[in-house]
Amino acid sequence: MEAQATRRDIFEQRFGPHILEAKEQWGELTLVLAREALVSICEVLRDDPAFDYKMLVDICGVDRGVEADPRFEVVYHLYSLTHRHRLRLKVRVNEDETVPTVTGIWPNANWYECEVYDMFGVRFEGHPELRRLLMPEEWEGYPLRKDYPLRGYRG
Amino acid sequence: MAESEVLLEVKRSPLETTMMMNMGPQHPSTHGVLRLVLTLDGERVVDAKPDIGYLHTGMEKLAEHKKYQHVITITDRTDYLNAMGNNLGYVLAVEKMLGVEIPPRAQVIRVMMAELQRIASHLVWIGTHGLDLGAMSLFFYAFAEREKILQLFEAVSGGRLTPSYMRIGGVMADLPEGFTTRVLDFCREFPRALEEFDKLLTNNPIFRMRTEGVGYLSAEDAIRWGVTGPILRASGVPYDLRRVHPYSGYETYDFEVATRTEGDVYARYLVRVQEMRESLKIIRQAVEKLPPGPVKSDDPRVSLPPREKMLTQMDALIYHFLLTAEGLKVPPGEVYVAVESPRGELGYYIVSDGGPRPYRVHIRAPSFANVQALPLMVRGQLIADVVAVIASIDIVLGEIDR
Repeated sequence: MEAQATRRDIFEQRFGPHILEAKEQWGELTLVLAREALVSICEVLRDDPAFDYKMLVDICGVDRGVEADPRFEVVYHLYSLTHRHRLRLKVRVNEDETVPTVTGIWPNANWYECEVYDMFGVRFEGHPELRRLLMPEEWEGYPLRKDYPLRGYRG
Repeated sequence: MAESEVLLEVKRSPLETTMMMNMGPQHPSTHGVLRLVLTLDGERVVDAKPDIGYLHTGMEKLAEHKKYQHVITITDRTDYLNAMGNNLGYVLAVEKMLGVEIPPRAQVIRVMMAELQRIASHLVWIGTHGLDLGAMSLFFYAFAEREKILQLFEAVSGGRLTPSYMRIGGVMADLPEGFTTRVLDFCREFPRALEEFDKLLTNNPIFRMRTEGVGYLSAEDAIRWGVTGPILRASGVPYDLRRVHPYSGYETYDFEVATRTEGDVYARYLVRVQEMRESLKIIRQAVEKLPPGPVKSDDPRVSLPPREKMLTQMDALIYHFLLTAEGLKVPPGEVYVAVESPRGELGYYIVSDGGPRPYRVHIRAPSFANVQALPLMVRGQLIADVVAVIASIDIVLGEIDR
């Protein structure tokens, strides 16, 4: 636990102004980042040997509720094979805004970002081919949004 | 959609040098409903584009509408070859949020089941891998062995493919009488079957020609593309969650993490076969160390009280009512828990808003990441090698599409 706490300090010292929120719960560290700083911070996280997050484990979306502002959260899980640490990054975004893509940093972000777009309608700026990944191309609506009914609009 | 109904679609570029070919989604070697759009130059693969989503059933959406206890049955159906392992990952995530202590006997049973499931999953892989490459007899031997494991699952849970055996706070029920003897019998007989597979494949010249040097993936690329499991280990990275981030007491078992450095289809074959041997070792140790005691936590927040107490004591009755009518009280927050599935890192990201239903469940499926790296492995190879490479990734579309 103590090592985790110092890790949090390191992040705050390094990226302080871009971290909107830092949270530790059940031994897991979460940083909420400003959208515009996402790509530059990710680049440092991957390349700096002190962090060395070479592996992007997962990206997923969360709909914080129809009323919430910003409504969506994009959650990144990173892993460092050398330090054996996990890190969770988040950016928050509204429907009419975009998130910068991280495909230039971790190529496997491609499908993950497509899935978030497919399920939540969050757009990623600079993504090589943002498309529906799991749903049919002509599908209307974004199934994992909270206002999307479980059985779909057509019942 | 109309496009996918055409089995073979030929498009020619202006120079007529490359051809597009549609492989799947109903192709026997794609192990489900994976569709590949191949760009070919003669028989060489210039590029491959996997197209997924044919098996999307909205499991993550459904999970938001179920109580925490009920989501376990959904996890069975994601990666249907690793139902026990999925159960384990999910219940570990919920238990982490609740801070529940698991009795030692339940821990050992969980490990035993997860490893039996790993062997069963690898048996499907080895059987279909052989089948794809023309070694048909192996398929029957492998499935005969897998049947024994499924019968063990049936004995403990009543289900063969979808056991839903693990529960939040422990496992569904204690092992039936004579179960450990049956497991030990299996452990005694199975090495003979493994030797037989060995004879059929390991030094089989046809099998080796079809697999050695095929579908190469470097360690660096594997990490860049988030590839985990046997594929990553076959590229020389000894990353096994059971060893680097032990859960359920894996740190107390003696086993090797199988690795190779060649990074080809053959290396993945060797890694998985070695893993089956290591799983056997773990199962034997689990049987040896199986302590007596309860198999479910007595924490009233997660476990129903015993029937007699419920009928005679007021507080037990209240807990029973609250648990069944209202569900679990999981504190708000979020958690990511990963376990080593037969295919790699299986992660559960759960967000709780304090209610009886998870606010969001995301399943980090290992096959999803692995199949995304497929183009890297097949570029420059022959069409026939694509079949070998898909088999070596050991995809399960159920967890890719969810």
